[in-house]
Amino acid sequence: MLEITLFYIAATIALVATVLAMTRANAIHALIYLIVSLLAVAVIFFLIGAPFAAALEIVIYAGAIMVLFVFVIMMLNLGEEGDARERGLLHPKIWAGPALLSLMLFSELLYMISTVDGPVSSGVVTAKEVGLALFGPYVLAVEIASMLLLAGLVGSYHLGRRYLEREE
Amino acid sequence: MADMIWLVPLIPLLSAIILMLGSAILPRLLIGLLGVGSVGLAALLTMLLGLEFLANPEPFQLSLWTWMQVGNFSPSIAFYFDGLTLVMMSVITGVGFLIHLFSTEFMEEDTSYARYFAYLNMFVAAMLVLVMADNLLLLYLGWEGVGVCSYLLVGFWYQDSANGQAARKAFVVTRIGDTAMALGLLLLFTELGTLDIQAMVGAANIEWQVGGTLPLIACLLLLGGAVGKSAQLPLHTWLPDAMAGPTPVSALIHAATMVTAGVYLIARTHGLFLLAPTAMMIVALVGLATLLMAAFTALMQTDIKRILAYSTISQIGYMFLALGVGAWTAGIFHLMTHAFFKALLFLGSGAIIHYLHHEHNIFKMGGLRTRMPVTFWSFMIGSAALAALPMTSGFFSKDQILLQAYQFSDIGPLLWFGGLLGALLTAIYSFRLVFVVFFGKANTEPEGDTGWRMAVPLITLCTLAMIGGYFIIPVADVFPVASGDHPAHWVEYVSISVPLLGVLLAYLIFQSRQLNVDRWVSSSVGQALRRFWLSGWGIDWLYDRAFVRPYYRISGLLKNEPIDAIYGLVVAINQTFNHWLVESQTGRMRWYVASMVLGLIVLLTLALQIPALQPTEGAS
Amino acid sequence: MEGLNIPLNHILLVSSLLFSIGMLGLMIRRNIIFILMSLEVMLNSAALAFVAAGAHWGQPDGQVIFMLILTVAAAEVAVGLGLVLQVQRRFKTLDMDSANRMRG
Repeated sequence: MLEITLFYIAATIALVATVLAMTRANAIHALIYLIVSLLAVAVIFFLIGAPFAAALEIVIYAGAIMVLFVFVIMMLNLGEEGDARERGLLHPKIWAGPALLSLMLFSELLYMISTVDGPVSSGVVTAKEVGLALFGPYVLAVEIASMLLLAGLVGSYHLGRRYLEREE
Repeated sequence: MADMIWLVPLIPLLSAIILMLGSAILPRLLIGLLGVGSVGLAALLTMLLGLEFLANPEPFQLSLWTWMQVGNFSPSIAFYFDGLTLVMMSVITGVGFLIHLFSTEFMEEDTSYARYFAYLNMFVAAMLVLVMADNLLLLYLGWEGVGVCSYLLVGFWYQDSANGQAARKAFVVTRIGDTAMALGLLLLFTELGTLDIQAMVGAANIEWQVGGTLPLIACLLLLGGAVGKSAQLPLHTWLPDAMAGPTPVSALIHAATMVTAGVYLIARTHGLFLLAPTAMMIVALVGLATLLMAAFTALMQTDIKRILAYSTISQIGYMFLALGVGAWTAGIFHLMTHAFFKALLFLGSGAIIHYLHHEHNIFKMGGLRTRMPVTFWSFMIGSAALAALPMTSGFFSKDQILLQAYQFSDIGPLLWFGGLLGALLTAIYSFRLVFVVFFGKANTEPEGDTGWRMAVPLITLCTLAMIGGYFIIPVADVFPVASGDHPAHWVEYVSISVPLLGVLLAYLIFQSRQLNVDRWVSSSVGQALRRFWLSGWGIDWLYDRAFVRPYYRISGLLKNEPIDAIYGLVVAINQTFNHWLVESQTGRMRWYVASMVLGLIVLLTLALQIPALQPTEGAS
Repeated sequence: MEGLNIPLNHILLVSSLLFSIGMLGLMIRRNIIFILMSLEVMLNSAALAFVAAGAHWGQPDGQVIFMLILTVAAAEVAVGLGLVLQVQRRFKTLDMDSANRMRG
């Protein structure tokens, strides 16, 4: 029972934090909420028997990627006036249409998962099993992922370098 | 001497080229000398050739070079010379020379003096090629050449758009006939394998039966060309309008030479027409219908040149009638005499117009008898010949035609009677012209009488018109001999007396006014008839409604390319969509995202319709 | 951990909700930073669904895909943030609607 209770608490935190993150005017505040959301999801991962995924979620998502965000936001040095303008944009006139679209998509997804039944897990999938799968049948996917990371590295270096050069 | 025959058309052609190239630098005197002299030289050569031919009447052929060689089709530039050619050449160069001389005075003050003589010389060259051609293709070259010159000269004063209109009309209407003729040439070539006139007629007489279908079709196609060129029904409408050109041009082209080319063509190919009696009958009927129609129309015209134009149409109708009844010699004889007296009348009217401030309306003239004596006598003699009064040239030729028409098989008397009626009308309208213009009171004062350059041609033509009937044209070897027996004497007496009756009627109506026709004319029927005849039997109106307007309407429809509109619709649809898509390209990311989400929803909805993707119960 | 019986469809429900919220954020925000964050949320929700499905079948494949998503997210953020810097430098704003030079 404890797990189920924990799951509902974590799920609630994740949803609320995400909604708050999406609606903040200040980027740093939104980021903090997003990190909270990611941590909550990590808890869910742990609860459904994927401790390795939970660890990665915390280390890479909440850690590395979010830190990147923080760095960039700090570099941009956004002021109060930006916040004010962001607030002005959160008007019902703007989000009514997108909300309707999102609602439609959500209801379709709901319909699709409505008949899914049964418990989520029969046991823990350990890091060893994941590692075996990664370097077994998924080795090509790993290669592709590494290529993607390389491309991201080159791209971000290129974009960032020119930015820094101009700044100097 | 006979070898020099090619010089005859070459001299006017060279002169035309020189005049065209040097129009800007040649002095007027030299232009006149070149223009008149070249035709005079051609006339002199023709005279020498004629003397030689008369001494030794042997037709000969002169082949210069092969024009082109395509398979077994090898027309050559070759001339054929016989009695008929000689008559035509004499008329063209002789009358042509006189008209050129006349033109030097008539066109004296015109700025485009050189252009005028260039065209006129070119016309003479083309006309000579036409009559001298040994094969039908070369004849066609000359045929088209005179057509072009006619176009250029009718529209000579092109600054007035009406003249350009008239020129275009002349060109387009004759083109209809020319197309028929071209088809005829193609048919003759494919069927007989040659276009050399003598060889072709020989082959036709061997291969074709009298009264067969092929000769009939070929003759009718040739007749189409002749009808177009000679302004016969139903293609005559261009000739009255062609009077927009300078008057000497009307005399040369639209009276003496070019319009008789159709007569020449039929006479030249008479060997074919003899194979198609039906075609000959049609020729005769076309001639009769035309001569009556034109005579009635001429009776009502008020423009001096239009009267003469309709009378020309009418007289060519006589020639066609003669050809149709097989009176070849009489037809060509009438061609020659007509060339004399009609050129005389046209030149006379040219003199009047020239010295009467370009006045064309005969009712604004009058009383010119004493003021312009040379012109008066020219008109008297010309009209007498036109009306075929005894002892004039027209009398001899027309009399022959009528007598031979009377002897024509079944409908001979009918043709004779029609011709007689035409002769009566001819006498009335020609002397109406004389009485109205030269007698009565003067309405406009002339600037003087003709100078020597006008007087000499007029007097020469007067002489020719008087004595032309005594000429014996050397065509006995060309045409089959007509039947020798004469019709009853009363026929001859009637033929002689009818023109005299016509002159008497004209005198009573227009001069002494003892015969008052005003009551008839002013009645409603008379008025309607007058308008009908004045408009040339409404044929222009009819053609306008039947061809010109539908053509304009169709071209108006096609102007906007309706077929293209279908493809234009495709373009328009594409452009509309493009416009919409451009509008959607706002550059706002959020719109793109929203549309992507919308697409996702639609796709997902569609995907859920596939049974395999639908959620199933207990899919755990 | 015997007796774990968190219903699978509840997790998928959470995942769907997260995805919808992220998408909504993507559509209503104009600031590029927030757009990137919304993308992260969406990727994360998809990862959650994968992991849950993997756990449901007791297979590691779900977590393998999770790692691939993680890779994609990392690369995307790296490039995306580089672009954020460029946009800020060129347009002096992070408003996406201002950077609409590609308008048709």
